[in-house]
Amino acid sequence: MPLSPAITNLEELKSHPALALLLVWNPSAVEAVKYDRDEMTIYVDRGLLREACAILKDDSECEFNFLADITCVDWYPAEPRFEVVYHLLSIPKKERLRLKVRLDSSSPVVESVTALWPGANYFEREVFDLFGVRFSGHPYLRRLLMPEDWEGHPLRKDYPVEGYR
Amino acid sequence: MILNMGPQHPSTHGVLRLILEIDGENVVRMMPDIGYLHTGIEKTCEAKFYQQVVPLTDRIDYLCPLTNNLCYVLAVEKLLGLEIPPKAQWLRVLLNELTRINSHLVWLGTHALDIGAMTVFLYCFREREDILRIFEMVSGQRMMTSYFRVGGIALEPPLGFLDRVRDFASRFPAKVDEYENLLTGNPIWGMRTKGVATITAEDAIALGASGPTLRASGVDIDLRRDMPYSGYENFRFNVPVATEGDVFARYVCRVREMRESIAIVKQAADGMPEGPIKANAPKVVLPDREKMKTEMEALIYHFKIITEGFAVPAGEVYQAVESPRGEMGYYVVSDGTAKPYRVHMRAACLANLQTLPKMCEGRMLADVVAAIGSIDIVLGEIDR
Repeated sequence: MPLSPAITNLEELKSHPALALLLVWNPSAVEAVKYDRDEMTIYVDRGLLREACAILKDDSECEFNFLADITCVDWYPAEPRFEVVYHLLSIPKKERLRLKVRLDSSSPVVESVTALWPGANYFEREVFDLFGVRFSGHPYLRRLLMPEDWEGHPLRKDYPVEGYR
Repeated sequence: MILNMGPQHPSTHGVLRLILEIDGENVVRMMPDIGYLHTGIEKTCEAKFYQQVVPLTDRIDYLCPLTNNLCYVLAVEKLLGLEIPPKAQWLRVLLNELTRINSHLVWLGTHALDIGAMTVFLYCFREREDILRIFEMVSGQRMMTSYFRVGGIALEPPLGFLDRVRDFASRFPAKVDEYENLLTGNPIWGMRTKGVATITAEDAIALGASGPTLRASGVDIDLRRDMPYSGYENFRFNVPVATEGDVFARYVCRVREMRESIAIVKQAADGMPEGPIKANAPKVVLPDREKMKTEMEALIYHFKIITEGFAVPAGEVYQAVESPRGEMGYYVVSDGTAKPYRVHMRAACLANLQTLPKMCEGRMLADVVAAIGSIDIVLGEIDR
């Protein structure tokens, strides 16, 4: 199966239920969209992420009730540097959705979703630990994998593979 | 009183440290502390060619290496848009189900050992040995198999492989009966597991639990059936679900899963299609040894793949498979070069571990051991 090019035109994807829902709620929440390799990605405004998640979770059409994963990609030296990636799964509908938030390196902060999914706790701590992205409203934002007194955030692209020491 | 359990403690299945606040024998608060086995695999992946990442994926979850191999190669194949021949898909399914049984056998043996049933452990490892021999037969390795390749499978399985698998599949269901004879009706086992460490479906979903941990609470989801990958839609099997959400329910789910898995293995062995085991993609898949000696082009492709890797079109993919522990996911980002820009593993155990405080708080200290065993954690996967 040859790869078909990614669709990034908002108009073409409007029929996607999750996107339609977000557009009805607040059109300014959707920054961009991408449909590539059968996977849907929505870039959400950083200030509206938690509310967008709450709407996607509670809506009876979408029901993205399961937070599969949170991770981050560092696009150093480009700006906005960080992309925090949320993978949602709807257990009743068997659908997946990817949400992304772009953060610049001067203030890598996004609102925590632990109030919606307590399971986000470890995922957000891991991203904080390895990328230095902060999650406001997180109940216990401490390092998860690295030692407490570790310097730097290892998965950042400007962190050497051999480490600082 | 604060009690420190682990990281060197036989019942924590690796290097899990639990900080327990106890009041007499009762657990008031529990805090897992992880990271003792963190090796930075995600960072290492960024410095390797795509094909060099496969051996790293074995080391993440050392009890189900082939599941990790599969998840990673599926993600990269999706990035490349490769079509995999049916024989390779069926072999992958067959070996994955053997891996699931292998992993469940280790779980059952150690879990029973934690609770005090010594015999089951010896029985389980007896059958596990047979599976490891099958793995050794196809891949040359007992545990770190690295048998799947991007675009197919490393080698044609040796002669007599399917006979050996069929032989094992015909013997195994009787062995599961043996384990069940020892445990299922055993009153001591029942007292230690029934009604212990319960979790509701809502809590399990909210905490991100998956796999048998979620299904034992009554949520009927299995990625093999609901979002099929690698040809699972061609197989018929049931998904065991229980509703109690306690240690016993998780035990029942996993034991029944072993029976379903062996049924899939039988179907795969009997209906194994003929044909190539590698995709027709000379720039990605290494050529046959014989072709390299006779064809110039094959030699050039071989040289190029080994020295420069293969470029993967830019994009991103999240591929999830049903591992023995739950939803194992690989998120691979490509920037168009021969090395992955980012590889992230969604570890089922990391999310399942978060259910542990919910299960144990307010219960007896001795139940903590039963609860840890019942969520079947592998610290290599949690810490990566």
